[in-house]
Amino acid sequence: MSFSTHLRRNGIGWLLPVLVLAGWEVASRAGVMPANVLPAPSAVAEAFWRLTLSGELIRNIGVSTARALAGFAVGGSIGFALGLANGLSTLSRGLTDTTLQMIRNIPHLALIPLVILWFGIDEEAKLFLVALGVFFPIYVNTLLGIQSVDPQLVEMGRVYGMDRRALFFRVILPGALPAIFVGLRYALGIMWLTLIVAETISASSGLGYMAMQAREFLLIDVVVLSILIYALLGKLADSLARLLERLSLGWHPAFQNG
Amino acid sequence: MPAASLTAVRSFVTTPAPARPAISVEGRRAFAFKGVEKRFGDKTVLDGIDLDVPVGQFVAVIGKSGCGKSTLLRLLAGLDRPTSGSLTLGAEEEGHSRTRFMFQEPRLLPWASVVKNVEVGLTGLASGTQARQRALDILGKVGLADRADEWPSVLSGGQKQRVALARALVGHPQVLALDEPLGALDALTRIEMQQLLERIWIAQKFTAVLVTHDVAEAVALADRVVVISDGRIALDLDVPVERPRRRGSAELARREGRILDQLFG
Ligand SMILES: Nc1ncnc2c1ncn2[C@@H]1O[C@H](COP(=O)(O)OP(=O)(O)OP(=O)(O)O)[C@@H](O)[C@H]1O
Ligand SMILES: [Mg+2]
Repeated sequence: MSFSTHLRRNGIGWLLPVLVLAGWEVASRAGVMPANVLPAPSAVAEAFWRLTLSGELIRNIGVSTARALAGFAVGGSIGFALGLANGLSTLSRGLTDTTLQMIRNIPHLALIPLVILWFGIDEEAKLFLVALGVFFPIYVNTLLGIQSVDPQLVEMGRVYGMDRRALFFRVILPGALPAIFVGLRYALGIMWLTLIVAETISASSGLGYMAMQAREFLLIDVVVLSILIYALLGKLADSLARLLERLSLGWHPAFQNG
Repeated sequence: MPAASLTAVRSFVTTPAPARPAISVEGRRAFAFKGVEKRFGDKTVLDGIDLDVPVGQFVAVIGKSGCGKSTLLRLLAGLDRPTSGSLTLGAEEEGHSRTRFMFQEPRLLPWASVVKNVEVGLTGLASGTQARQRALDILGKVGLADRADEWPSVLSGGQKQRVALARALVGHPQVLALDEPLGALDALTRIEMQQLLERIWIAQKFTAVLVTHDVAEAVALADRVVVISDGRIALDLDVPVERPRRRGSAELARREGRILDQLFG
């Protein structure tokens, strides 16, 4: 793929946001959009600069990212492990799947009051919520991926003398990978969403906390800045997942002409 | 449901070879079915199959759809076990026999390159550069050496089946079981594949068991054609015709006629 087609393909996605920003700036300057409703992009940029200089922004992004990743690591690995176990063993599935499906029907954010009672506004509260939110998409899609592996390929592997280990790493896991990636990308979205809500409600640091502080002092530019940064972080996580997907699913027809 | 099939590790252990080598007039024995029955629930699919096949023979198995041809092959490959009766596999020099299976579908791993797929046939036999070298050699024999590093999804149907054939042959099997491997190919590719199969069979001298719906294919390739009907062997016909055989020759046509009579007469 040449550089110019790359630019055209990816660049075109940025056209609309840039136009919206330009229109927004013009509207603010013309006074159509009052500054206490939505500050001009330039004001948000100023806030960005101010908070970067004071170090506050970097610190809060760091805190939020660390929370997000920790929660993701805990919830994601448990979900992945259980998804594998239940995909490979009927006993394990029989034992746990019904329970898990029941818990899945509770929106995890509905647990916030309970979680605050348990953990207060400590780190555990955020970790727990993010882990719980991330768990289900990873679990469900890993299980689905393993169940959808072509049994004919598994049979072929057995005929050719693969032991269980080889069968898992050469047939089952690669076959489940596309579904696992769907779960991963979905889980990353849930990860940020959960964190924003949790930090907004109960935290003493992080991006959500920064936004809530700013609201109390009517610093609307900082509020908008926080929202934009959440959006950027979410996009960044998704892009990373897509890159990984591209690298590991090169065989998949969907990725062969990209 | 791969979960269940995973836990069911290949359970049918091949019966140990008799202490005295089973020498028949034709030579050593590749395998023998003795009074083999196979039932699924209360449905009897195979009802007393006796089939003694010497090493190196090319056997074609013919029968109407649903008569139990695939079941027979699955028993041979150890994918299933007989309800009663016994299956004896001949002893190989190293003491155990190797049966390979070629399916109706190519069953290539989409996430492995062509050469990696062929290397699957060397599982437990070779690995690393040695495996790659052997895989490349056999790919050359099926005419796909230049596609070694491509994904299977870009190959045509006939090319995929050639990769599957290479995978089945790379480990130098004693017995190759082929379950209508050419059924899905167009007529021209089919004839090409038949010739390729015959060439490699002549060179490697394995025992071949080919299940097919195509009577012309059976008489063109096989030393012996077995017709299955009502769970039994209804006809066991030798085809002692010189190779290379000329398709449509009178000798082949006569045998084709006999088989068709047996099937529909
Ligand atoms: N695992 C199984 N459980 C129950 N019945 C089975 C099973 N496998 C095969 N059968 C039945 O056994 C019979 C023979 O099946 P088989 O696949 O051996 O036929 P076939 O001769 O290969 O047919 P075709 O030419 O259509 O491939 C069929 O009636 C089929 O429904
Ligand atoms: Mg069949």
